[in-house]
Amino acid sequence: MHEHDVIVVGAGGAGLRAAIAAQEAGADVAMVTKLHPVRSHTGAAEGGINAALRDGDDWELHAYDTMKGSDYLADAPAAEALCQESPKEAIQLEHWGMAFSREDDGRVSQRPFGGLSFPRTTYAGAETGHHLLHTLYEQVVKRGIEVFDEWYVLNLAVSDEADPADRTCHGVVAYETATGNVEAFAARDGVILATGGLGQVYDHTTNAVANTGDGVAMAYRAGVPAEDMEMIQFHPTTLPSTGVLISEGVRGEGGILYNDEGERFMFEHGYAKNDGELASRDVVARAELTEVNEGRGIEDEYVHLDMRHLGEERILDRLENILHLAEDFEGVDGLEEPMPVKPGQHYAMGGIETDEYGQTCVDGLYAVGECACASVHGANRLGGNALPELTVFGKRAGMHAAGGETDEPEIPVGKTDDAEPGDVEAPVELGEPWESEAVADGGATTETGEEVVERALERERERVNRLLERDEGTQHAEIRASVQHTMTKNVNVFREEEALKEALVDIHAARQRYRDVYVADPSSTYNTDLIQTIETRNLLDIAEMITVGALAREEFRGAHWRKQYQERRDDEWLKHTMVSWSDGSPELWYKPVVLEGKNQTYEPKERSY
Amino acid sequence: MSTQRQQPETETDSTETEAETAQERRLDEKRRRAEERERERVAAEERAAADAERYHLKVFRYDPEVEGKQEPRFDDFHVPYEPGMTVLDALIYARDEFDASLTFRHSCRQAICGSDALFVNGRQRLGCQTQLSDLDQPVRIEPLPHSEVVKDLVVDMEHFYDQMEAVEPYFQTTDRPDGELEEQRQSRENREKIKKSTRCIWCGACMSSCNIAAGDNQYLGPAAINKAYRFAMDEREGEDMKQRRLEIVEQEHGVWRCQTQFSCTEVCPKDIPLTEHIQELKREAVKSNLKFW
Repeated sequence: MHEHDVIVVGAGGAGLRAAIAAQEAGADVAMVTKLHPVRSHTGAAEGGINAALRDGDDWELHAYDTMKGSDYLADAPAAEALCQESPKEAIQLEHWGMAFSREDDGRVSQRPFGGLSFPRTTYAGAETGHHLLHTLYEQVVKRGIEVFDEWYVLNLAVSDEADPADRTCHGVVAYETATGNVEAFAARDGVILATGGLGQVYDHTTNAVANTGDGVAMAYRAGVPAEDMEMIQFHPTTLPSTGVLISEGVRGEGGILYNDEGERFMFEHGYAKNDGELASRDVVARAELTEVNEGRGIEDEYVHLDMRHLGEERILDRLENILHLAEDFEGVDGLEEPMPVKPGQHYAMGGIETDEYGQTCVDGLYAVGECACASVHGANRLGGNALPELTVFGKRAGMHAAGGETDEPEIPVGKTDDAEPGDVEAPVELGEPWESEAVADGGATTETGEEVVERALERERERVNRLLERDEGTQHAEIRASVQHTMTKNVNVFREEEALKEALVDIHAARQRYRDVYVADPSSTYNTDLIQTIETRNLLDIAEMITVGALAREEFRGAHWRKQYQERRDDEWLKHTMVSWSDGSPELWYKPVVLEGKNQTYEPKERSY
Repeated sequence: MSTQRQQPETETDSTETEAETAQERRLDEKRRRAEERERERVAAEERAAADAERYHLKVFRYDPEVEGKQEPRFDDFHVPYEPGMTVLDALIYARDEFDASLTFRHSCRQAICGSDALFVNGRQRLGCQTQLSDLDQPVRIEPLPHSEVVKDLVVDMEHFYDQMEAVEPYFQTTDRPDGELEEQRQSRENREKIKKSTRCIWCGACMSSCNIAAGDNQYLGPAAINKAYRFAMDEREGEDMKQRRLEIVEQEHGVWRCQTQFSCTEVCPKDIPLTEHIQELKREAVKSNLKFW
């Protein structure tokens, strides 16, 4: 058994930053990650890092923009922590050598981004995430932090108490891809989940194939509530054929959106009379699809993003990567012609419920980055707010797990007295009522940490053997494709009650078929068939949580649009949608949003751009 | 007491042995059926081959523990073509539709994670960045040459990572921001100078294409030397560190091994002028040696 003070699961930006912080606070840290760190999808982030660094800007302005952008579903203590600490983290990255773009005076460059009241998006070309990822990994190498790469974490080792708030996480169980060995990693002080996105639940996404929501699904099964899962960001500018992201930086630098009639529709059709293309992402994505649905799309599918007028010099200086992406993945020369773009799944605002130090309700279990929900982004994330989230909360959780000194958190986690029960009218049975492998199986609650880890190890070895032994049935690829299809068709930008119910029926059918899933590859060497089969079960949980949340929230807020409910309803819906795994079924409940910040309360206002 | 304790242990042992044998049997059975499926797959492939709208792939297969794959072989796949289809798309199709055991690394699908460098029609390329329509048929897909094959198209990357880490690939200045929000200054020219070198995605295509690296296992290789260049040329680290970095690349298995064949530069999917960077480090090393001479 491996044993360390802190185990970090996932080695993208958040995981790497957490590992560095925990080690600096004196902990013995190991990272366990299904990809080598430099393969993580943080590397695909393009636009930049919002940080109030300059005269005339202020973290409180950034916090105001973030709360407004969230459509008042973010929790102020988390949003304020992000905005207050982002400048220091950005400067720290610079001192670690990150190759930021520069101004004539040698200072780091900043540019305008959607929904920002100040041009505070700090960037490195249109490949900011690549530079951030490699810079952080370099620092991990420098510190000699142990990395178990290509080890896929199968599950958490969490104790058995009936109430999740009484449980403790003692480690993880992981599968070594190269050899098929299943081993336990015990954590003396904490496990930090940093597993990233869940975009593979859709079939048109900017996310990597590896982004299967593993961390959210594992925490959920261990009893940690998932928060605001219905809040999915669809990025307005992705390439139609592959879903490859075209950075918001293009619009930040002055790129223009046109419909088939050559109209600059963001202004001309009144979607955002002040900010036009630089309105918030949810606003622009809906505008594009409205244009297409009303017959003004190009080939009835997409719109044009034109940056030619910026000139070759400026494009090469600040957006060169975009030229390569458009050329390689759409066959378009961005210097000569407009680029076709349409909305695509991009980011999950929701995730594992945490406080502003990444702590979940389970003792010793943390979550940071995209898999977590503190909540910083509420119902809509601003462009340029994801990368600082990685560093700010990665650092906070790493320090906290290692026993560093922190303030008392203000965001409550787990079911408190404020919890309000919820209910959805589902057309089918939800969850897996036939399964009884829930973590809290009523076993002995007097187990030592070591026993908890041993038992988890046994359970996961059995699971792997079971999957490998089964020899016929359904293959994961078929199940995964059916989930992606129904989510893309029914739980997209525009949501209707009947379609959401149809998605639940399809997910239920996919769960039934998963009972017969089998792994065709008999090998214990690099068995990706097995790993993808396990990822697919995680995707089933994720799809169900998103859809249950979407069906429950009967209002229009941020990224969540409902045909029947065309208004934001603050009187009833200033609350987070919570889904907990309870005896094999999802249980829905709500908790209030925290709008009180340090120096001000963010009163909900009408959100226009 | 001791007997009582021993007995269950013995029982447990025998159950375990039985369980292991039973599991062995089931796995044997599974392997046998895997072979059956393999025959079915070949038959289906032969039918698909008749379809002209399909692209013909010949894919390298190897698995150290699965019968029939222990001797490396090539499998044929006929994949229906769609405009814009890449080599990676074709591999994913072949895996999901024909053979779930077909194994290759991939993640981002957009040439930034560096997972899917492959040897396609005799050249190192990223699968996701290579259009099928640019290739002659049959498209021959192999793992990166000059690396140990783990399985199918997956190679062992450890040696590559070791070389990358050998050049101290991390920024080393002594000063750190303590409370104050002040960045180090860097001129636009200097940032421009290192820009291309910072684009490396660690895919290993260059190392695989390099004849010198193939013959000298200790040679740092183009990617690691480029990483050293990225730091040596960064004005923020200062002159002392630059000297140290030049010493690292000047070692016996460093820059002087490069024979400027340009194969690395030709295959780099991020268009990094690797050979130029290596040459520039040679010149810098000479200049700095003259200075101390």
